[in-house]
Amino acid sequence: MASDYLVIDKLCCGYGSGFSLKEVSLTLSKGSFAGVIGPNGSGKTTLFKGISGNLAARSGSVTLQNTRLSELIQREKAKRVAVVSQFPDVADITVEDYVLMGRLPYREMFQFFETRHDIAVAHKFMRLTGILPHSRKPMTQLSGGEQQLAAIAQALAQEPELLLMDEPTSHLDITHQVQILNLIQRLNHETGLTVLMIIHDLNLAAEYCDYLVMMDQGRIYQQGTPSEVLTYKNIEEVYKTVVVTRNNPLSGKPAIFLVSESVMRKQRK
Amino acid sequence: MIHPTKSRDVIYFVSAKKDAMNRKYARWWLFTLAGVLLLVVAAVFSLTVGEADISLRDIIPVLGGKEGMEYFILTEIRIPRILLAFAVGGSLSLSGAILQGIFRNPLVEPYTLGISGGAALGVALAIVAGLHLSIGVIMLPLSGFTGAMATIFLVSLLGFLRGGADINKMLLIGVMISFVASSSMMFLMSVTTSENMHGIVFWIMGSLDEPNQMLIRLTLITSLAGLGVSYLFARPLNALRLGETKAGNLGIDSKTTIRILFLLASLLTGISVSVAGVIGFAGLVIPHLIRIVAGSDYRFLLMGSFLGGGLFLILSDVIARTIIAPNELPIGVITGMAGGILFIVVLYNIRSTRRHGI
Repeated sequence: MASDYLVIDKLCCGYGSGFSLKEVSLTLSKGSFAGVIGPNGSGKTTLFKGISGNLAARSGSVTLQNTRLSELIQREKAKRVAVVSQFPDVADITVEDYVLMGRLPYREMFQFFETRHDIAVAHKFMRLTGILPHSRKPMTQLSGGEQQLAAIAQALAQEPELLLMDEPTSHLDITHQVQILNLIQRLNHETGLTVLMIIHDLNLAAEYCDYLVMMDQGRIYQQGTPSEVLTYKNIEEVYKTVVVTRNNPLSGKPAIFLVSESVMRKQRK
Repeated sequence: MIHPTKSRDVIYFVSAKKDAMNRKYARWWLFTLAGVLLLVVAAVFSLTVGEADISLRDIIPVLGGKEGMEYFILTEIRIPRILLAFAVGGSLSLSGAILQGIFRNPLVEPYTLGISGGAALGVALAIVAGLHLSIGVIMLPLSGFTGAMATIFLVSLLGFLRGGADINKMLLIGVMISFVASSSMMFLMSVTTSENMHGIVFWIMGSLDEPNQMLIRLTLITSLAGLGVSYLFARPLNALRLGETKAGNLGIDSKTTIRILFLLASLLTGISVSVAGVIGFAGLVIPHLIRIVAGSDYRFLLMGSFLGGGLFLILSDVIARTIIAPNELPIGVITGMAGGILFIVVLYNIRSTRRHGI
């Protein structure tokens, strides 16, 4: 059963009478680093809400290590699944207090202060993400990239089995994009943390993820390795955009080039 | 991003870990003890203030003597009044802090949300119906609690659950509920007997002059129990500052937590209003000051608001009793002036802080 770590079986969920997922099925093995791609409104975030339980499933199920997530109470779920969103929710608290909130699922009823173990765990992940030097600063004084690193440290402090990341790097400069993705990749390799990440940048998706899920109109259009999914045909069909694909000379992973309208016109002539 | 040498890293890691734990824990005790100390000083000072001249030195001999006019004044008048001021101030301020956490806004409190008004209407209805005479005086706090619950339910339904937490809308709804409640009370006073009318007027002025010992005890016990219960939710309240969804992802059952806290805030407010009338803004002023002094970690804020609220009302009562002696000012006049001005100041400054919640 090692290959069936996260099993999403015919999941349907949505908002009111509007948009909904249509029988999404997906199986990930332990330690995979999977990316979810697709145009805006294709259901990527809805899928995430369905997995994290923020949106109740109409039918179908999400199973992590043979446990249906919908049967777990909130606190037990938070010990297994951590979520990092595009913009971290911040408040005027120190980085250390912020990361320590990741230990909330492990608290006892009458325990008002974090234990030594909680603090050791929080510091371990602050060190790993490189924000330990900022631990006394208020979250609000950090740059967007640093806030995201703190949010990742908080999620890791939950010691989850599955890390869900919703476009964690889309608003950051390339320095921070690469820094964060390298960090996640290293964690994925070293600790076997299973990662499922929504990512808009197809080149980064190809470079970092070992499995890609391409979504379109609430369905999975195609899933597989980056080279299987990121073909120009798939991309043109789903994104309605003309692209050229080549392979990255160093990694051999697919790389996608966009083509502007004027170049297209010249080509046609 | 990883530190260059491993050994330095380990040292930093170990010392920071030990340090962080002890610092916050020690700081909390220090903070709490300082608060209790201030409270005791204020209470003892308040014992010496009043028409009868009882000095600081006399207090212990008089209390030890167990007889005489001065003993009676201390035990039957001043001590119950101080205990009530403490309990009411603590309750209102604590519910203010809790409501501010739920709504993620520093301007909400029992008074501005109309909860005090709703509780007052509940109590007025009970007085007019004569429930306190037919069933028992316990009906007054119960009606206050019911009125407070109904208001919170209404405010949440209208402004919070639908269309997200639109705070302007909610505050406006709160103010309107206060208006409707006070108009309804005026209506009740016009149609009821003059005896009932005097009862309502006397109580509505907001006074800590409560003759019923049982109600004082009830208020005191409820406020202390409320403080205890609120601490079970101190860390969840901290997490709720990041929003309901994030708190949910961190393992907090946000909906249940918010429901219990609403219940707690209405209980504290309802009982306070039923014994002391409407005392506005105590739940706004104190949590605001505590945030400035101790930051907005709820483990500090709950205790600080409770002790600070008690202290604030004890001192306000001293002023109310002495400033126009031998007459007495309604205590709501003092809290209303201080709180109303602070409300405007906070509202004026809120633009710069609103992005980050409270």
